[in-house]
Amino acid sequence: MVTRNVNIMRSIDWITVLLYLLLVACGWLSICGASYDYGQTDFFSFSSRSGKQLMWICCSGLLGFVLLMLDSKFYKTFAYLIYMAMILLLMVTIVIATDVKGSRSWLHLGPVSLQPAEFAKFATALALAKFISRYNFSMKKLKDVLGVSFLIFLPLGLIILQRETGSALVYFAFIVMLYREGMPGIILLSGVCAVLYFVLSLRFSEVFIGETPTVMGQYIVMLLIQFFTSIMYGNYFKQWRVARMQLIISALCIALATWISLVYFPFNIVWVQLALVALFVVYALYQFLLKRYSRYLIITLFPLLSVGFLFSTNYVFNNILEAHQQVRIKVLLGLKQDLSGAGYNVNQSKIAIGSGGFIGKGFLNGTQTKLKYVPEQDTDFIFCTVGEEQGFLGSSFVLLLFLTLILRLIYLSERQHDTFCRVYGYALVSILLFHVFINIGMVLGLTPVIGIPLPFFSYGGSSLWGFCILLFIFLRLDAARSERLR
Amino acid sequence: MSSLLQFEKRKYVFALIAICIILTYIVRLFFLQIMSTEYKRYANNNAFLNKTLYPARGSIYDRKGKLLVFNQPAYDVLFVPRQVTHLDTMALCKALSISKAYFVDRMKEVKDRRHNPGFSNFTPQSFMTQLSPEEVGVFHEKLFYFPGFYVQRRFVRKYTYNVAAHLLGNIGEVSPREVKKDPYYISGDFIGKQGIEKQYETILRGEKGSEILLRDAHGRIQGKYEEGAFDVAPVHGKDLSLGLDIELQLLGERLMKNKIGSIVAIEPSTGEILCMVSSPTFNPNSLVGHMRSRNYRKLQQDHQKPLLNRSIMGTYPPGSTFKTAQGLVYLNEGIITKDTQFPCSHGFTYGSLHVGCHAHPAPLSLIPAIGTSCNSYFCWGLFRMIGSNKYRSPSDALTIWKDDMVSMGFGYRLGIDLPGEKRGFIPNAAYYNSIYRGSWNGLTIISIAIGQGEILLTPLQIANLGATIANRGSYITPHVVHAVKDQSLDSLYTTKKTTSISPRYYEDIIDGMRLAVTGGTCRRANLPDIEVCGKTGTAQNRGHDHSVFMGFAPKTNPKISVAVYVENGGYGAVYGVPIGALLMEQYLKGTLSEKSIELAEQISNRTIYYGDEKR
Repeated sequence: MVTRNVNIMRSIDWITVLLYLLLVACGWLSICGASYDYGQTDFFSFSSRSGKQLMWICCSGLLGFVLLMLDSKFYKTFAYLIYMAMILLLMVTIVIATDVKGSRSWLHLGPVSLQPAEFAKFATALALAKFISRYNFSMKKLKDVLGVSFLIFLPLGLIILQRETGSALVYFAFIVMLYREGMPGIILLSGVCAVLYFVLSLRFSEVFIGETPTVMGQYIVMLLIQFFTSIMYGNYFKQWRVARMQLIISALCIALATWISLVYFPFNIVWVQLALVALFVVYALYQFLLKRYSRYLIITLFPLLSVGFLFSTNYVFNNILEAHQQVRIKVLLGLKQDLSGAGYNVNQSKIAIGSGGFIGKGFLNGTQTKLKYVPEQDTDFIFCTVGEEQGFLGSSFVLLLFLTLILRLIYLSERQHDTFCRVYGYALVSILLFHVFINIGMVLGLTPVIGIPLPFFSYGGSSLWGFCILLFIFLRLDAARSERLR
Repeated sequence: MSSLLQFEKRKYVFALIAICIILTYIVRLFFLQIMSTEYKRYANNNAFLNKTLYPARGSIYDRKGKLLVFNQPAYDVLFVPRQVTHLDTMALCKALSISKAYFVDRMKEVKDRRHNPGFSNFTPQSFMTQLSPEEVGVFHEKLFYFPGFYVQRRFVRKYTYNVAAHLLGNIGEVSPREVKKDPYYISGDFIGKQGIEKQYETILRGEKGSEILLRDAHGRIQGKYEEGAFDVAPVHGKDLSLGLDIELQLLGERLMKNKIGSIVAIEPSTGEILCMVSSPTFNPNSLVGHMRSRNYRKLQQDHQKPLLNRSIMGTYPPGSTFKTAQGLVYLNEGIITKDTQFPCSHGFTYGSLHVGCHAHPAPLSLIPAIGTSCNSYFCWGLFRMIGSNKYRSPSDALTIWKDDMVSMGFGYRLGIDLPGEKRGFIPNAAYYNSIYRGSWNGLTIISIAIGQGEILLTPLQIANLGATIANRGSYITPHVVHAVKDQSLDSLYTTKKTTSISPRYYEDIIDGMRLAVTGGTCRRANLPDIEVCGKTGTAQNRGHDHSVFMGFAPKTNPKISVAVYVENGGYGAVYGVPIGALLMEQYLKGTLSEKSIELAEQISNRTIYYGDEKR
């Protein structure tokens, strides 16, 4: 026992531990700022939110220590068991949880309330890691892909049933993780492209280029489609010269068309872009007929589907999305000002952060957060407090802390010899990245308002413990790296 | 294995995505926090409530330290719409003694953003303003029945005496134009509208202070920002003490009751206004509080124009009081000596021109001419002067004459510390050249010799003439304010101005004025143990003559100079002289003798009928 303890103390990655401690400390100070009420300054009293959070932090430290003490083989051995237990807990929660603001995700155990969805993340990560680390696993096998999908979508579905859509969306982060394990890049790219096309075409759907009847949104997206298509072409066939030629010809044609349209004869330039795409498709088909190489057929799918997606975007937006979703998206894209409704939170959050300036107003001196202008300011909108009180310096520091942690975790994951550990590491990286991306993006008014907590910052024991467990299991696995080699 | 290696490269994709996201967010932070200032402004508008702290307006005292104008609390009824719950409208109307219809109308008005741009459901809205303690009393006691309603104390002016309305002036809520002119004011502030209140606005009002309060998302006040470190305490307005003698003012207004006209009394040695009556007048307390606008409109519509301060805004022909000034000019320019005699055969006759005069021995020299107020004497004087071969032309002569007159304070504003003073009129050569096309002489303009014709003076200028004579050739610009607390007076009101007339000629005129009192037209002003000097005037007019008196007392070391002007009062001796004498007695003795009390009562009860014509 004693020797192993010494081993762990020596082999644990102290940099990550330090980053964790820094983030938790910053988080606690932010909670102090956000929950500070005039006249009440006792941050250590258990009746205050800061006092409670301090208790959660101490408990999480203890929990982390216990997790480090467990045998590293324990996690792999019991991965499925833990997963099944969590699934069972999620199901039980749906049945017995009481309704809190429309969600049924809280379990009340005497004085403490737990949100099992937060703990299901590490269980899913363990199960996925075990499944993917099986001998002969391949993302090319349909059976394996289905297995992975099942592991991800089972908890996701259960959490949606709890009406916690935000927490459920986090499980999509696991799909990003799969990319590292051989999921075709095209899936990731398609996702990114779909979002990009959607946002750009909507954002500029009512802007025209000069006097021409060309819609700016369509114009930009068509440019992107041609760009991506040529890049893919170059990458797939390693024919970079051809790809470059395509790009240059397209660029010249479009520049010419734009010039003619602007100066001489206004017409819709998108027709020219469509013609160019059609030309590319014909060229690819011709190559296919010539070389009988099925990839030529596949590559025509990308531009065709992209164009199809572009022109159905408006239809989807207007006819499939519900009214309040349309409003949220329009507010987010700056197409609509709705400061009392959907845009209120984000606007107040931007005001709070924007008023922080370069060095901030100082600890406990923030006015916007103190006076409760920002809703949910100690949970989902906790970053406002950092922005207002610590300013650009403080918030950049926090962002860089997160970045350092994520990069460190990527590095740690990559140095694992065991696929189980690596997959688990990447699951952790993906989840952290997703949370930071969505949460801070939401607070800055860049991503949609999805209620998920900021790791280590947001008030609440469940979220803090959830991330703590995720992180410390990985630290334990990483510390055992050398044991296993021996 | 090669494919595994290929996948290992994907770690860079992960790292790149993470770096891109964080960098994007840092750039976004940079734009939000450093490049943009609007968020800071929004934040301040959100969180800070700049509450104005109103200074107490300065009080006004008379020359004996009696309090004339002070602040009295008035109450505004406010409500915060969001906080109003379970309102019993009927009980509210009853407590405030208003009708249900008024309540409904008022609520509609408050919520109409066109009339009330600052409307918010979260901030106090004004429901009724400037209620007296009595009016708000019942409501205040029952306030707890009406959640969301508040009573806020404000101050309005209170006048101890119901007199001197024109001189003291009043305050009212600022007009949009005044707000635009001076950013100090915001809508709803009080500003001096007339009289001293207007003239000394910046001194009386003080400086507003402010405190910065923290307001939460629901509009509730959470305390002071930085413990009040940025608060500015209000600077209270300074008190004014006036030269006014309130007892004299009370007497003056009593005597002028039911007559149109004006009384101005000046302390010759200082130029301080001792009393300034303009009749008809009004009660200054009627222009206070929420009744102000209604009463003001009523006064505006009155055809006798009670709002007009006739003492400085009314311009009248001075009549015979002007002969003193004429005599001084003739003496000074060497047209006459005090022994020069002129004939008077029931007036001045030259060719077909005749200016009438009453019966008195003739010929006369200057002193008895003033004493009996001989028209002929002064007509001859003017005729001689304009036609004198000392000057190249009548124009030159008139220019000399005009310059002398202007040096005595005529024709231009004297510069009293009250708004709206008129300059009167002293014709010059250019004026006559233009109306007579260059062809005029002393006879053409002979009526100005006796203070008629084109000559127009304000009662203030007439009183100032008295003060100038009393001072033997100098005056200090008449002014109302004797002292501003902790501040010195404008040098205009401390500097002596000298007329162009040599002081020795004043003695002759004074002798004439003394003679008028002892044995001439002003015999009713002959007080037993005060040496009064005076000059009557009977200003001709389209209607009945105006009754005028100008005088000072005592003859040596004069303490008071008085001008009385009673429109359509007839001979100067009828109203002007007794009123002037009563004021002198009151001021110099401090009280009136029994006989004088009786006289004052008589005059006060006399009414002059003016008819309904617009004045």
